[in-house]
Amino acid sequence: MSELLKTTRLSRRQALAGLGAGAATGLITSPSIILAQTPDVVRFGHLTPRTGFLGPLGEYGVMAAELAVEEINAAGGVNGRKLEALKEDSVNPQTASTKAERMIERDKVACIIGEISSASALTIAQVAGRTKTLFVNTGANSDALRGESCNRYMFHVEHQNSMYVKSCGRSLMAQGLVKGKKWFSLTADYAFGHDLLRVAKRFMEANGGQFAADKLVPTDATDFSALLLEIRAAKPDLVISNLAGNQITNFLKQYSEFGLTFPVAGFGFDTALAWAAGKDNFGGIWPSVWHHLIDTPSSKAFVAAFTKKYGKPPENQAWGDYMAVKIMAQSMNELKSTDTPKILEHWEKGAKFDVMKPRQGYFRASDHQLISEMYTITALPAAQVKNQWDLFTSSPPVPGPDENMEVIATSGDEAVCKMS
Amino acid sequence: MSFHAANEGQPLLTLFIQQVLNGLLDGVYYLLIALGLSLIFSLGGIVNLAHGAFYAIGAYLTIVLAPHIGFGGAMVASPVLVALIGIVVERGLFQRFYRSDPILSLLLTFGLAMVAEQSLRMIFGAPPLSFSIPPALRGQIFIGDFIYSRYRAMLLLIAAACVLGLWFLLQRTAFGRVVRAGVQNPDMVGALGISLQPYMVAVAGIGIGLAGLAGVLLAPIYSIHPAMGQEIITPAFVVVVIGGLGSFWGVVVAALMVGLVKGITIGLGFTQWSTAVIYLMMLLVLLFRPRGLFGERIQRFE
Repeated sequence: MSELLKTTRLSRRQALAGLGAGAATGLITSPSIILAQTPDVVRFGHLTPRTGFLGPLGEYGVMAAELAVEEINAAGGVNGRKLEALKEDSVNPQTASTKAERMIERDKVACIIGEISSASALTIAQVAGRTKTLFVNTGANSDALRGESCNRYMFHVEHQNSMYVKSCGRSLMAQGLVKGKKWFSLTADYAFGHDLLRVAKRFMEANGGQFAADKLVPTDATDFSALLLEIRAAKPDLVISNLAGNQITNFLKQYSEFGLTFPVAGFGFDTALAWAAGKDNFGGIWPSVWHHLIDTPSSKAFVAAFTKKYGKPPENQAWGDYMAVKIMAQSMNELKSTDTPKILEHWEKGAKFDVMKPRQGYFRASDHQLISEMYTITALPAAQVKNQWDLFTSSPPVPGPDENMEVIATSGDEAVCKMS
Repeated sequence: MSFHAANEGQPLLTLFIQQVLNGLLDGVYYLLIALGLSLIFSLGGIVNLAHGAFYAIGAYLTIVLAPHIGFGGAMVASPVLVALIGIVVERGLFQRFYRSDPILSLLLTFGLAMVAEQSLRMIFGAPPLSFSIPPALRGQIFIGDFIYSRYRAMLLLIAAACVLGLWFLLQRTAFGRVVRAGVQNPDMVGALGISLQPYMVAVAGIGIGLAGLAGVLLAPIYSIHPAMGQEIITPAFVVVVIGGLGSFWGVVVAALMVGLVKGITIGLGFTQWSTAVIYLMMLLVLLFRPRGLFGERIQRFE
């Protein structure tokens, strides 16, 4: 016995190495051990990009989903069971669908929530459709996801490109920047940008505007000086950004650097990008699905809780993921069930939810789009900015209180969805 | 083509010349990164994929330091700090890989880049941070019809000073002679009784410090986020490959050419090709002159 002990005794270094290796394999394999289904837990998959050019926005989504889970569990969970999020970085469309499949097949999640990239949302939706699992999209904007690529198992908390264009477009029309005016547009050269440009063109042509130029910009372009020279030469009435992610920040910083003064507006937007540009550089008129200055009780409570936990206000992507988790848990509690067909039916019948805006929101049965109000925000001049977060003023909700909320969504033949 | 519509205000030629001019200036951004990259590769054979990460660290250090010591102070302090980090990395990691298979240093620096990026994410958070051009440096310069930002003009002067300084160091000093000899034939340098080690330290410090300087200079006009190093590293590699390994002026000429070709592409109205075109350039150079435009024959790499 003592001989055996002697020969198998590990040196400190070996022991440490062993521990390290054990910890590493533990990390890799732990999900299958810990996550065997238990009756006292309701689990959902949270998939969102955490690296790459959408990563910074994904991080807000993750923080918000975590906060929502905490709050739901503190209030008694889902049907008396604890809610648990399985969080993963979706990285790219291929990885996103692989991870979604694993979460569904192996970890038996009740549903998938998340995503920002329209391309990844599409591949997740395909997995969701095949496995008949609910997928709630919190950040992918492309109209196509609600149109030709729509899916019976996919619901959209994030608003579609058309809603962004039409709500911001209303502000531009009110300021006389559409009819008979020349636009110079810059568009991110990938699926999201193309979809946005198509919708923006439709809006502009319907309302009597015209293009001075429309330029496709590679997604990895960081320097806009050449385009700024062209904008200056073209003397447009309005510069339109259909850019995405960090591109918007780069563009705004350099636009202010070159001292151009043509009005700027954009159709795709996230508050985090305005914060990254800073008060000296942020300018223009932008649409927003939600922002931290909205004055409703539930919105203020969310902002306060988020700020307390993370030391900064939530941005609109945080709203999307928080909202999706809350809506799902609320519906499961009301239905006393986590069954996908029941939730699907409940939502398609037009269940109403507090979406932190004056009016309640609901999913439109025809394309599963969450219908709620939008906002248009306008940058404050640097001198009027009091802190690093409150860089803008907001319009009242769009559309106004007397109008049908669906007027800003796609209509008729704009994006036709045939649910299979 | 949309170009004609964009051009009502000015004659076509003027705009084109502006784009050419702007493109030349644009190339300067790749220069500071590519010079260090080329220097470290030439002497040590290290393909430094972490070079972009040092650029990012330089930018983040600027955000931390500028409120305390001003932008001018940060412009000196950040590159020096990044250079010190570079020296530690050289002593601790690079030196183990000098004469081994380049694949090993490739893996090492790839890992290093990921560790650095994740560290920035953990310390500063994933959302991009804001940083603006200091008020004293804001504003524009007009040369006839050509508009340029004052800040970028300053950038240009600093970059030019760096290029000249480095050239002087490499071509006109004893230090430079040993480094150049080391690039060509390290064994012979060793046989002459000169240890290359201190030179390696200095070269890594200078090369990585230049990346840090680029980080400081670009922080006010680019978006600052943990993955910003990845954005710049690929074009910088393209510049080094086009210019030719081991060639100082090759890198300088290639950086300006890349900017110029991008500028012309945009000037002709093919904006969406402006990034693809530099890879096309690299492809052509590799096809017809694999050594790069000014590449010298380095025996141990062939």
